[in-house]
Amino acid sequence: MKVSYQWLAEYVDVSGYSASEIAEKLTRSGVEVDVVEKLNKGITNVVVGYVKTCEKHPNADKLSLCTVDVGQEEDLQIICGAKNIAAGQKVPVAVPGAVLPGNFKIKKAKLRGVESYGMICSAKELGMNDRMLPKEIQEGILVLPAETNVGEDILEVLGLNDEVLELELTPNRSDCLSMVGTAYEIGAILGREIKLPETEVNSSDKIASTKISVKNVSPEHCHHYSARYIEEVSIEPSPLWMQNRLMAAGIRPINNIVDITNYVMLEYGQPLHAFDADQLNDGHIEVRLANKNEKMITLDNEERTLDELMLLITDGTKPVAIAGVMGGANSEVQVQTKNILLESAKFSGSSVRITSKKLGLRSESSLRFEKEVNPENVTVALNRAAALLSQYANGKVADGIVEELSTQNPATNIQISLQKINDYLGTDLTKQDALNVFDRLQFSYTEMDENTVIVHVPTRRGDITRDVDLIEEVARLHGYDHIPTSLMVGATTPGSLSKDQKIRRAIRRILTDEGLYETVNYSFTHPSQIKRFPGMYAQTKQISLAMPMSEDRSTLRTSLVPHLLDVASYNKNRNQSDVRIFEIGNVFLTEEQSLSSQPEEKELLSILLTGNRAAANWSVQENNVDFYDLKGHIETLFEAIGISNLQFVSASPEGFHPGRTASIQIKTDDKVIVLGSLGQLHPSIQQEKDLDEVYILEIMLEEVYQLANFDIQYTTLPKYPAIGRDIAVVVDRSLQIGEIVDSIKETAKELLESVQVFDIYTGEKVESNKKSVALSLVYRHLERTLTDEEVTELHGKVVEKIEKSFQAQLRK
Amino acid sequence: MKEQLEALKLEALKELEGVNDSKSLNDLRVKYLGKKGPLTEILRGMGKLSNEERPVIGQVANEVRAAIGNGIQMKQDEISQRELENRLKEETIDITLPGRKPSQGAIHPLNKVIQDIEDIFVGMGYTVEEGPEVEQDYYNFEALNLPKDHPARDMQDTFYITEELLMRTHTSPVQIRTMEAKKGEVPVKIICPGRVYRRDDDDATHSHVFTQIEGLVIDKNVRMSDLKGTLLQFVQEMYGKDTQIRLRPSFFPFTEPSAEVDVTCASCKGDGCRICKQTGWIEILGSGMVHPRVLEMAGYDPNEYSGFAFGMGVERIAMLKYGIDDIRHFFTNDLRFLNQFVRI
Ligand SMILES: [Zn+2]
Repeated sequence: MKVSYQWLAEYVDVSGYSASEIAEKLTRSGVEVDVVEKLNKGITNVVVGYVKTCEKHPNADKLSLCTVDVGQEEDLQIICGAKNIAAGQKVPVAVPGAVLPGNFKIKKAKLRGVESYGMICSAKELGMNDRMLPKEIQEGILVLPAETNVGEDILEVLGLNDEVLELELTPNRSDCLSMVGTAYEIGAILGREIKLPETEVNSSDKIASTKISVKNVSPEHCHHYSARYIEEVSIEPSPLWMQNRLMAAGIRPINNIVDITNYVMLEYGQPLHAFDADQLNDGHIEVRLANKNEKMITLDNEERTLDELMLLITDGTKPVAIAGVMGGANSEVQVQTKNILLESAKFSGSSVRITSKKLGLRSESSLRFEKEVNPENVTVALNRAAALLSQYANGKVADGIVEELSTQNPATNIQISLQKINDYLGTDLTKQDALNVFDRLQFSYTEMDENTVIVHVPTRRGDITRDVDLIEEVARLHGYDHIPTSLMVGATTPGSLSKDQKIRRAIRRILTDEGLYETVNYSFTHPSQIKRFPGMYAQTKQISLAMPMSEDRSTLRTSLVPHLLDVASYNKNRNQSDVRIFEIGNVFLTEEQSLSSQPEEKELLSILLTGNRAAANWSVQENNVDFYDLKGHIETLFEAIGISNLQFVSASPEGFHPGRTASIQIKTDDKVIVLGSLGQLHPSIQQEKDLDEVYILEIMLEEVYQLANFDIQYTTLPKYPAIGRDIAVVVDRSLQIGEIVDSIKETAKELLESVQVFDIYTGEKVESNKKSVALSLVYRHLERTLTDEEVTELHGKVVEKIEKSFQAQLRK
Repeated sequence: MKEQLEALKLEALKELEGVNDSKSLNDLRVKYLGKKGPLTEILRGMGKLSNEERPVIGQVANEVRAAIGNGIQMKQDEISQRELENRLKEETIDITLPGRKPSQGAIHPLNKVIQDIEDIFVGMGYTVEEGPEVEQDYYNFEALNLPKDHPARDMQDTFYITEELLMRTHTSPVQIRTMEAKKGEVPVKIICPGRVYRRDDDDATHSHVFTQIEGLVIDKNVRMSDLKGTLLQFVQEMYGKDTQIRLRPSFFPFTEPSAEVDVTCASCKGDGCRICKQTGWIEILGSGMVHPRVLEMAGYDPNEYSGFAFGMGVERIAMLKYGIDDIRHFFTNDLRFLNQFVRI
């Protein structure tokens, strides 16, 4: 809502407060003012001039040479390039010494050999928003009404001395979608009285009901329909002051009839519509729902296809308007229009909302109906407009209102106690403090006892329905600054993070300490991304948004990996090819082809490594990351959060390199839990993404959270010495060394303290399909010193077992 | 013989002066004090001396031996010292070369801010609750006093999946779910961080996905002054003890009264600057007293209980805190962006 400061002053005394001071006060009490716009963009010395003569410039075809009376002793000779200039016009003239917006100074000038003393201005040159003006005026000079006074300051004439407050209204304050409503709000803030517009109608002796009739067959959607009949109007431009105010509010002036309906809509927030009564069958109005696929052409010459949820105004034979949204072309007020049926109604907000949404048609009118207009203003606004039509369109207003009223609005009476107000706000207000606020709001009330009143809320404040709404009125007008700050009474509670939340943080901390960067990525992705890399939930169905913003963000992700790959590509393209990143986030899973219940949301951890292990410098060699870097990260992580029995099993899930991938599993007492996968990205995807070798991991966290264990149980340090033995064996190259380690553990049992693989060799010294593996074993007994003989015997068994099981040759 | 000894001493000490390294010094020691050296030879000839002369000459000989020995020792110390100095000089390294840093990553700034905020509220006795990102219309809207045709639904353009399922537009549904799970029990003291979604075109200040933290308190006798007190404590822990708050009336369907909360602009301390548009204040929170309809629907009698709620955008807080100018940086994950948050 754009509120002209000067116009506002007609309804409430704002003296002593500038427009920006009023704006600040409104904002601080709950009606936010977005900007305060000065309409004068920097004009001085522009006055109204009368074009006495207008001839062709002797040396230029497209220029005119004018004599202009600007109310000074001598007329001015001015050259003008506009096509629409003509003798007899009143026009804005920037006289020598004038300044136009953009600090454009007007001086005496010579144009094609002829002197010009000033400039005749267009609306644009005056800094006006000329989109509000008819096209021919936009292209030429601004022609002023004939009755304008020569020599008068243009700022006065065009109302450019004004400032406009742009209200950013919250949905509850639709009462401020009107000048009067805004005036009430300012009156409440400043504690000043309201002055309402003149609504008295001098009607003729013709009886309206003999000329027009109203029938409402849809009382559910139309609560009140009222009409007046106005005869013999003369269609002409509305007075300039009215046009100025409409333009300040952002509404384009059309003619006096339309302008008056808009003007009154701005005054009261009650949209009105004027029909050419002679285009209505028998002056009849019938309000009904549309039929399916019923068609009509609206004012903007668009054919609209309607349905049975849309409310129509008809004349009993044809639709003439879409209720509350837009009028029909067939009954539009035109130059030849003589008689008018003026409509003022209350349509149901949700009905107008649904209709305007379906048609994609939003108007100043629908905007107000949607938020429920004040039922008390239906008649008031009708009379106000009738009065203005008689004054500014010479209309004869027939006697009486023709109407159908189907819904009486129940009064809103709210009981409230001072105790409740103070308890709720934590304040220490007196009863008088509270009553003062109601007085300022012009809410009447009945005092019940010492402590309690019943407040009678006027219909203009439809947002107030409960005691807490009144408490808010008291709080905001008393001032939020005056609410104290307090500490809560009542029992204190211990705060904490849940186990899951603590472990999630631990994972973040451990991985970042190891040099990984945490990322955050979008949840929506392109369906092809999912197809290319489905992740561990390949069986899941895709979940798509009903109305995505783009194909790229149309589907809910089922794996975090594709976006991590995008991050790697993004960085590689910026010469950052060493990428070590992870994300903890949700994926969305369902088995349903079309979703009928909430999908399962699984929290996953994904890690991506690519490029060099560490940035090469004077002391570190470049070295590409590989499988074992990633495996090491996850091993350290699981050690830190107390999960043992981690197993890596060869696997070849979709999207991974089949020879370089493991399934990550945890063995518990009764089952094996598969957490996810770890491995190299499939080379063909690497190539598509233009990435070098990429290693990725994706695991689910729910199970990790369950199994994690932060308890630390100290074990005594060993008292007896350990004995070390090394083994070097030659085995088949394809043998997984994990199998040798398992075999050693199995044979040596509890006397084996540790086993380490310390060397793997393939090359000239062994056969081409073989490798040499060196392991270091440590034996220890916890309660006594092992003898050399014991260890030799046990180690011998270990070696023998390896030789047997893997056809291994012992290397000496 | 005595003269012979004295002469030997002078000769040795003289020669010692010219010695400059360990090897020469050792040669000198062997030459004068060694088994085949002149001193040994002289002493060997002592047998020929008389009984009177023997102790006298013996003493002189010992003195000469000691003098030469001392001289050698001093020289030895001198040389060792010099050699040590030389060695240390040779071992000098270039301390200007960069160190071998263990690599260090960083928590994403959004999560860093969330963790900071969580810690403050956990310290104030809150627990942290989470909930689904795909929500039912009921939890996202209806239970929050936003029935199907409520005009305020226009405030948030929603990503729907079906008519009843949508991407949550705020984390408020977690509040409703928590209240329902508590079945009327008090106190409720929770904060809910999480991702939320709105149909916005992505630009420098808008993102179709962003992060919120909301808080909810329900108990007997919860007052709006408690809301103010709580938020003041929060912002002072977050931004420093000098930070003040200012509440402005506003509207949210789920709170009444409702308030926008401004904090003292951190970059100008309230004097007015470009960041706060010369007002001295920065808007960071929405808040209010929980609407009685919301309490009713979640199973709390509004005549017995009251509560407050508040919510903030994590991106906005992070942008203000770190001076980030474009919200898209959070989701682009440029390493040059991420590695600016290495500091703990
Ligand atoms: Zn500032």
